[in-house]
Amino acid sequence: MTAITGSTALWYASRATGVVSLLLLTLVVLLGILVNRQGRLPGLPSFAVTGLHRSLSLMAVLFVAVHVITAVIDPFVSIGLAAVVIPFVSAYQPFWLGLGAVALDLVAVLIVTSLARAHLSRRLWRGIHWLAYAVWPVALVHSIGSSHDLRSGALLMVAIGSALAVAAAGLWRLAGAAREVPRAERAAYVLAGAQRQARRARAGAGNGGAR
Amino acid sequence: MSKQLRVNPIGCAGHGLCAELLPELITLDEWGYPLLPAGPVPRGLERQARRAVTDCPALALVLADAS
Amino acid sequence: MTHHATLPRPGRGQWAAGDADGGGGVLPRLMPARAVPVELDEHLGRFGAPPYRGAPRRLIGDVEAAGLTGRGGAAFPTHRKLAAMAAGRGPAPVVIGNGAEGEPASSKDKSLLWFSPHLVLDGLQLAAEAVGSVTVALYIHRNPRLHARLAAAITERATAGLDAAGVELIEAPHRFLAGEESALASRASGGPALPRFKPPRASQRGVAGRRTLVQNVETLAHLALIARYGPGWFRSAGTADEPGSMLATLHQADGRTGVVETMPGTPIADLLRLPAQAVLVGGYHGTWLPGAQAERLPLANAALRPLGAAVGAGVLAALPGDRCGLAETARVVRYLALESAGQCGPCFNGLPRMAGALAELAGPRPSPQAYADLQRWSGLVAGRGACHHPDGTARLVGSTLRVFAAEIDHHAHGHCTGTSGRPFLPLRADPPLDDADWT
Repeated sequence: MTAITGSTALWYASRATGVVSLLLLTLVVLLGILVNRQGRLPGLPSFAVTGLHRSLSLMAVLFVAVHVITAVIDPFVSIGLAAVVIPFVSAYQPFWLGLGAVALDLVAVLIVTSLARAHLSRRLWRGIHWLAYAVWPVALVHSIGSSHDLRSGALLMVAIGSALAVAAAGLWRLAGAAREVPRAERAAYVLAGAQRQARRARAGAGNGGAR
Repeated sequence: MSKQLRVNPIGCAGHGLCAELLPELITLDEWGYPLLPAGPVPRGLERQARRAVTDCPALALVLADAS
Repeated sequence: MTHHATLPRPGRGQWAAGDADGGGGVLPRLMPARAVPVELDEHLGRFGAPPYRGAPRRLIGDVEAAGLTGRGGAAFPTHRKLAAMAAGRGPAPVVIGNGAEGEPASSKDKSLLWFSPHLVLDGLQLAAEAVGSVTVALYIHRNPRLHARLAAAITERATAGLDAAGVELIEAPHRFLAGEESALASRASGGPALPRFKPPRASQRGVAGRRTLVQNVETLAHLALIARYGPGWFRSAGTADEPGSMLATLHQADGRTGVVETMPGTPIADLLRLPAQAVLVGGYHGTWLPGAQAERLPLANAALRPLGAAVGAGVLAALPGDRCGLAETARVVRYLALESAGQCGPCFNGLPRMAGALAELAGPRPSPQAYADLQRWSGLVAGRGACHHPDGTARLVGSTLRVFAAEIDHHAHGHCTGTSGRPFLPLRADPPLDDADWT
């Protein structure tokens, strides 16, 4: 696999929009985890988090579209339209590009189901949305493998930074799930909490209210 | 046909977006769960109500036909 | 009219009939005259084979004329449920007899299934025929002896060719909510006995997605007799608005408890040895009434509803004079809180806090906040769950605050009129700990 040294505007556009797409996808994943954990962005209401998550994901779709179209129409490399959605059939770098097709397919499913979420069952939408955790790593590996851009310099830092951010957020997500009180224990948990509070209050009152 | 706001209390996780988007109609109780109005949604707020329904991260808010 | 069985012998959930009624031979109907389970040959000898009508719907007219209402607590007109199910389109519906009463204070369904299973099984077949169903089941709490008896009865009937449809026995965990209609549908579909959000109701999407008719086992037993003796006979007991006989679980102040067959309109004073400090009417989602008031009331919704009470599933408990009503109810509310399915925020947050506040009011020198908190939380939880568990609990708490207001005042000053701390109202000792306890 040789690096492409000849440059066309289209090829640069594809690489640039590819990097931006990856960045946007990173932000979308981070925001999605923030929504799930009911976190907030400082000074912003909750609907700003969901709103940004949605807006950035639609922006990402736009950038991915440009990224893909410029790559397809660029005459320098042979990437057919079919290779955009069917993994591993392109003539140029079938494996790395194939991963890109996989990511694209998954993103398409996520976007379509989310646009139609009012018409889908909760469980169905949620089950499909879990695929988002698969999209991001596939997109990252596609990015690193398809060109040398991310393998050095500032863009390498960007790639590492994104990976660390998503990993940290993922761990935060898992920690949240682990700390969540199982349904069957919730009432008992609240009852224990109420009893602890009552005991503390009584003890406080017994000391003449001194804290 | 006038609409009524209802919540699926099993799906509701207390995100609270609905109260932010529709403060005229929805408030949160002391545990973060929505208190919905008993009557139908006023015509002028129906668009906002629809947005609250779509934006609920848990898809727990429903706009049903007032029966 | 004082038609009722004499007060039963000691022991939990045991049927005992003495002189069956004060005159007229109207009772007993559902229960046998002797406290011995009715076998199939005795059942056939007394009642004959189940009188199938030969086609769906034919029975419904008689049920309507009889005025039969559901005996599971909601008192919904049975004919309307049957007619709606019979009129529905699509695959044939499922019919389930609900014998999982859930309520620790109620034993009537268990007693009925133990002593007169064939009336219930007849009713199940007749209801199935009326709505065009061939998929039939009986839903009971896990109980090896009862399960064995019912399984044997079902097999015997199958051998004798009495049943048009095979009856499946479905077991439920010992949860308060296990008998709730959507929880039943969930359990019968193979999942946990957890209530679901409505709509759709079980009548539209129930067991395995099919339309499901759920009827309390006592209702089915009445149906089995209406099919044989007609609506006029059914109405020869009870009142014009609440006809028929009914089973009630009685808890006497001296600790004796049992199931009796009585009829709506019977004075509560004929059933419970009064006067008592207070009477709990309708079970743990029911209402306390002052003893003096209960003494003058009949067991009938016409008299109870205006007072905010209801017959419900026929539980009556007379609180002994030496017990503290607050302490007793605090124990019950704690049980109800732990029996929350944990699915709905207002319920699993509100009920345990209500239990804590009531426990505080039941103790010495409660904090001044406790009463206000309890009232606020009761108001916050009602109507905001997927089922009526928070509503019923709030109802019980509300009546407690009213009826035991004087006691609350005593406690605020550091006194309690109760001299015995021995638990009176029955509770189960096994709170749910994990998911397995809901299947």
